[in-house]
Amino acid sequence: MRRLPTLAAAVTTALALLLTGCSGEGDDGADGTIRLSFQSLAWQKESVDANKELVREWNAAHPDIQVDYVQGSWDNVHDQLLTSFEGGEAPDIIHDASDDLADFAYGGYLADLRALLPDRLTRDIPRRSWDTTTFGGGIYGVPFLQEPKVLIANTRILESSGVRIPTPEKPWSWPEFRQVTEKLTKKGTYGVAWPLKEPVSVTLNLGLSAGGQLFHRGADGKVTIRFEEGDRVMPGTVRDQVGADGSASRSALGMGGSDTLPGFFGGKYAMVPLGFSYRQQVVEQAPEGFDWTVLPPPAGSGGLAQGVSPQTLSVAEDSPHKEEAVQFIDFLLRPANMVRLAKGDWMLPTGTEALADPALHTEENGWATGAALARELRPAPAQSVRGYPEWKDKVATPALQEYYSGAIGTGELKKRLVDDGNRVLARYQR
Amino acid sequence: MSLRTGRTARAGQYAALLCYLVFLAFPFLWLISTAFKPARELGSLHPTWIPEDPTLENFRQAFDEQPLLRAAANSLTAAVCAALIAVVIATPMAYVMARHRGRLSTAATGWVVVSQAFPFVLVIIPLFLVLKYLHLINSLWGLILVYVVWSLPFALWMLAGYVRAVPPELEEAAAVDGAGKARILVSVTAPLLAPGIVATALFAFITAWNEFFFALVLLKTPEKQTLPVVLTHFLGAEGVADLGPLAAAAFLATLPSLVLFAIIQKRITGGLTAGAVKH
Repeated sequence: MRRLPTLAAAVTTALALLLTGCSGEGDDGADGTIRLSFQSLAWQKESVDANKELVREWNAAHPDIQVDYVQGSWDNVHDQLLTSFEGGEAPDIIHDASDDLADFAYGGYLADLRALLPDRLTRDIPRRSWDTTTFGGGIYGVPFLQEPKVLIANTRILESSGVRIPTPEKPWSWPEFRQVTEKLTKKGTYGVAWPLKEPVSVTLNLGLSAGGQLFHRGADGKVTIRFEEGDRVMPGTVRDQVGADGSASRSALGMGGSDTLPGFFGGKYAMVPLGFSYRQQVVEQAPEGFDWTVLPPPAGSGGLAQGVSPQTLSVAEDSPHKEEAVQFIDFLLRPANMVRLAKGDWMLPTGTEALADPALHTEENGWATGAALARELRPAPAQSVRGYPEWKDKVATPALQEYYSGAIGTGELKKRLVDDGNRVLARYQR
Repeated sequence: MSLRTGRTARAGQYAALLCYLVFLAFPFLWLISTAFKPARELGSLHPTWIPEDPTLENFRQAFDEQPLLRAAANSLTAAVCAALIAVVIATPMAYVMARHRGRLSTAATGWVVVSQAFPFVLVIIPLFLVLKYLHLINSLWGLILVYVVWSLPFALWMLAGYVRAVPPELEEAAAVDGAGKARILVSVTAPLLAPGIVATALFAFITAWNEFFFALVLLKTPEKQTLPVVLTHFLGAEGVADLGPLAAAAFLATLPSLVLFAIIQKRITGGLTAGAVKH
């Protein structure tokens, strides 16, 4: 037992040694250097490298305004930011997605950038993209990367079937798409696999092509849900493909996008509607000699319009250096830099000048098809609707899952989306 | 029960146990398999248990892309410190709770049970504000403090059970021999509690080692981040993942817990059954 004090002393010493240097860091330097923290959600190696490289370039050129790169994570970013805002410890420059900004903007956590944004940046990004980060008249983020849904198709199956190959100029209509998937369906191969594990945003965003809107803002600013003819087209097509035609895989309905890739590579599905950035996984994982192509999604009365929630850069309201933070954003989003970020993430830039870069118009890996869709991208329909997250989780997700699987019909879907949905929204709009 | 029926029942029990073990082992074995598969095998329609063309490329990429060693060192620091501090605090408290039954002790036990039901998101903002006041944001000290507070209720509950299993007669005999309270606790009770202390420390260690949300929120600079936070850097928006490197990194992250379990498994099992039977 005499060893106990010795042991306690050893443990205390070990703890002290382990924890040496554990304390937090300061903010601005004593020499007047401004220090900004930039929390980035970039996660693919090329994208992280591009971001870090740009931060290095900025720091080298601006010794008086130094930026610290902080690696964030898409997982739980909303809760993490909310806690940081509440605690007054948010990063100065915040990377997020536009559909996550509404609560932060209305909550007063983000700076209104209208008076801070340089003309060059304001002019370079189209109005429809700015609309995704405009809440109550203020602009609370700079939209810089966006991702349309495309059809990734097995070229061999497509060409051997003899169907017309669509282009952005002459896409398939929704009825034509249904016929094509029937034609592509053979023994052991479905025409299409819809990964609809999270069915709401896909349904709303692709629904815009047929004029579907679902959310309607009245003159009083209040939003109500209506389920009209255009809203039926996209979900109705999918349901018919799964139920009536058997041209869409029923088992894929519960899958996430990545889950469908093995079946796609194995020839089980001729086409998969996926986000544009999934091309990277196709490039990395496709078997040797697998021939694939990128096609535009089907078009309706609204043409190729589809909704997107761009990635954004915002400035914290509590940041003491808002002007410098916007200067850094402006640097990060110069056309050439925006191209680097877009290529790193396999996405499209929002900036007009960056989008015109020849590197984003090559046929290789479907860049040209994606770039041609960029002008058709609109704010996701529910972008600024308060109460949307609750409607999505409690009402729309289960209703659409049951509808796509054939458990309920169109009447019941409409009733639930509209009646139950408006009750939810009303609570947020009193 | 006849001999034949007894054998059938035993065979059934073994079959059920085997199924359960397979069920438990499946995710881990699949993780190992995935960690050694090249990218093209990950996208195969007919996945195999044994990689056809095993590679260490995922491990190379994982280490190349993320500071895994530094993150592991941070996790280890936080988990070891949290476990040590938690048992040092919990042992005397558990003794008091177990030996001095009264309203206060019952209320404390009730509070311990209730506190386990609090979701993280409910406490994180007040906790963040307290740590900010203490200048412990972005500090491993702050994280360790949270882990200790978070694991303390269960550690207390667990250790109190072990204390109750130590016969009070032993302490009374030591008292008759002239030992004081502190001497009794250190010389008589503590050695008998050793298996329970080890089991409690292991619980606190694993809780801290695996914890993600507090670490995500409290640690800002890359140098401080722990392994679970760094693992999420292999995940993109909407659940897209860099599967091979993620599996390789996750496999490495499970190793310390496995090794620890392997080393002290016997002590835990002994501790769990200690005092269960009167001799």
